Amino acid sequence: MRRAIVLALAAAPWLQAAAQAEDPVAAEFDKFRAVLEQDNPAELFEAKGEELWKKPRGPKNASLEKCDLGLGPGVVKGAYARMPRYFADVDRVMDAEARIVHCMIALQGYTYAELAKAPFSNANRTPDPVSIATYVAAQSAGLKLAAPQGHARERAAYAAGEELFFYRAGPYDFSCASCHGVDDKRIRTQPLPNFTKPAQAIRAVQGWPGYRMTGGVMHTLQWRMNDCFRQQRFPEPGYGSEMVSALLTYLTVNANGQAYRGPGIKR
Amino acid sequence: MRFATTAVLAGAVLAAACAGLQSDPRADARALMQRDFHARGIAGMDRLKEDAVQAACNAHRDNPPPALAEKLQNEQMAAIKWPADGKLLGDWKAGEKVAQSGQGMAWSDKGGVGGSCYNCHRIGPATTSFGTIGPSLHHFGKLRGYGADIQRYAYGRIYNAKAYNLCTQMPRFGHAGALTEQQMKDLTALLMDPASPVNQ
Amino acid sequence: MADPMKIRANLQGDVADVRVLMAHPMETGQRRDGAGKTVPLHFIQSISATLNGKPVFSADISQAISRNPVFAFKVKGARAGDTIAITWTDNKGETRTDQAVVRAGS
Repeated sequence: MRRAIVLALAAAPWLQAAAQAEDPVAAEFDKFRAVLEQDNPAELFEAKGEELWKKPRGPKNASLEKCDLGLGPGVVKGAYARMPRYFADVDRVMDAEARIVHCMIALQGYTYAELAKAPFSNANRTPDPVSIATYVAAQSAGLKLAAPQGHARERAAYAAGEELFFYRAGPYDFSCASCHGVDDKRIRTQPLPNFTKPAQAIRAVQGWPGYRMTGGVMHTLQWRMNDCFRQQRFPEPGYGSEMVSALLTYLTVNANGQAYRGPGIKR
Repeated sequence: MRFATTAVLAGAVLAAACAGLQSDPRADARALMQRDFHARGIAGMDRLKEDAVQAACNAHRDNPPPALAEKLQNEQMAAIKWPADGKLLGDWKAGEKVAQSGQGMAWSDKGGVGGSCYNCHRIGPATTSFGTIGPSLHHFGKLRGYGADIQRYAYGRIYNAKAYNLCTQMPRFGHAGALTEQQMKDLTALLMDPASPVNQ
Repeated sequence: MADPMKIRANLQGDVADVRVLMAHPMETGQRRDGAGKTVPLHFIQSISATLNGKPVFSADISQAISRNPVFAFKVKGARAGDTIAITWTDNKGETRTDQAVVRAGS
């Protein structure tokens, strides 16, 4: 299935510089990815998310423009790159999507039950928090990741997230580290970055939210964590839960200092 | 507190410290798991409970002291259920199908289990889409010989890889009830039958 | 109503490089849903483009094009500030028009 009609594909002088790779094959993949990223259907969801952010909605008929993503009410630019972080009003660390869900509840009057019922995209439907997360993430595109560790609870979340990452359990004795704790391995043909190392941890975070060409669906890190636990043969993680935020804290802090490339596009 | 809905807090750590995470990451992580995971399909909360092997590997980040490793490996070995008829070789053609399938044991699985072997291993010559988490099994029998002792090693490894190397990433397919005896015999044949494409 | 298109039109010399992202399910009529029912055919059949109201391009496309298609073409004789409008019509008769301004520079 062809994704695009291209009558004349010009040379693209504005191609983003491919990430430096020792491996020429990886460099070619980076170039290919950069071309795909120029016309990423994620932008459609970003546009939808912006509309959802600004429009008064829900039982309280309010917009999300007073939502505090950590940089003050309504400040969206740069917020995604500085999450997960501690929020005093809920007394816990939240990742971006968890925070968006919180704002939809607190400001617009939605309930957690209705937002958590079917939180992931399929061919027929993209849940609102997914589009909003795509919009919020796009406002941090190119910025250096800086998930804070200044608050004691942020440090506790990192440490708990690290424990979670290495916790082997279930019928297959898998942990996150089983696949993502070693260098230079792949599962089938899918390369497995080692998320314990900063230079590779960026690959846990960049590209999410991401548009998956298979099925044409928009997915976020909440989806990715859910799908990983499914494949680990674990029970299901709570959508937007503190546990998932802790795991995302571990991954993001490991990647801190590197530019966030996203929203992404995937096969 | 999580969201603006009532949440039932399980676990003494969280109940006592409603402010949430404290300074013991191990306890924090375990409390979070109890509260923030939920059962789905066949994946129940009992799956979070560490058995002796998982506890040892978790406590030592997969690098347990040799004495502890040997003790637990021996216990795992003693618990292996060998086929009653003494035959370890099944049908390699059926084994190839089991090796290819990635199904089984997840909450999304409705039935049918495979070994997911190609996720981690190079095995037969016809499949280039193999993973590299585990070593290549190409020419498994050809390199080691086709004797009864190697057959036993292959079957035993598939049944319970931890009996041989305590903190290996390879699942304990027989021990966990993930594969049937016949499926494990078929996989053993895939590796050990001189006629199998693996050994050509 | 269908979601808006995203249109970018950048000038390179006197040629506008136009890229369009269209939101559309592009159902082939072959896919089955979770219940096993065939999802009906629903795809963009024709696309057209105008520059300052003047037609510059039109095409008929098929359901072989995948969901949320990307469409790129070049228009000679464009200038910064010109308006590019894109219209699509699908097999159900639904239609959508969006426009963008041609921007100077690379």
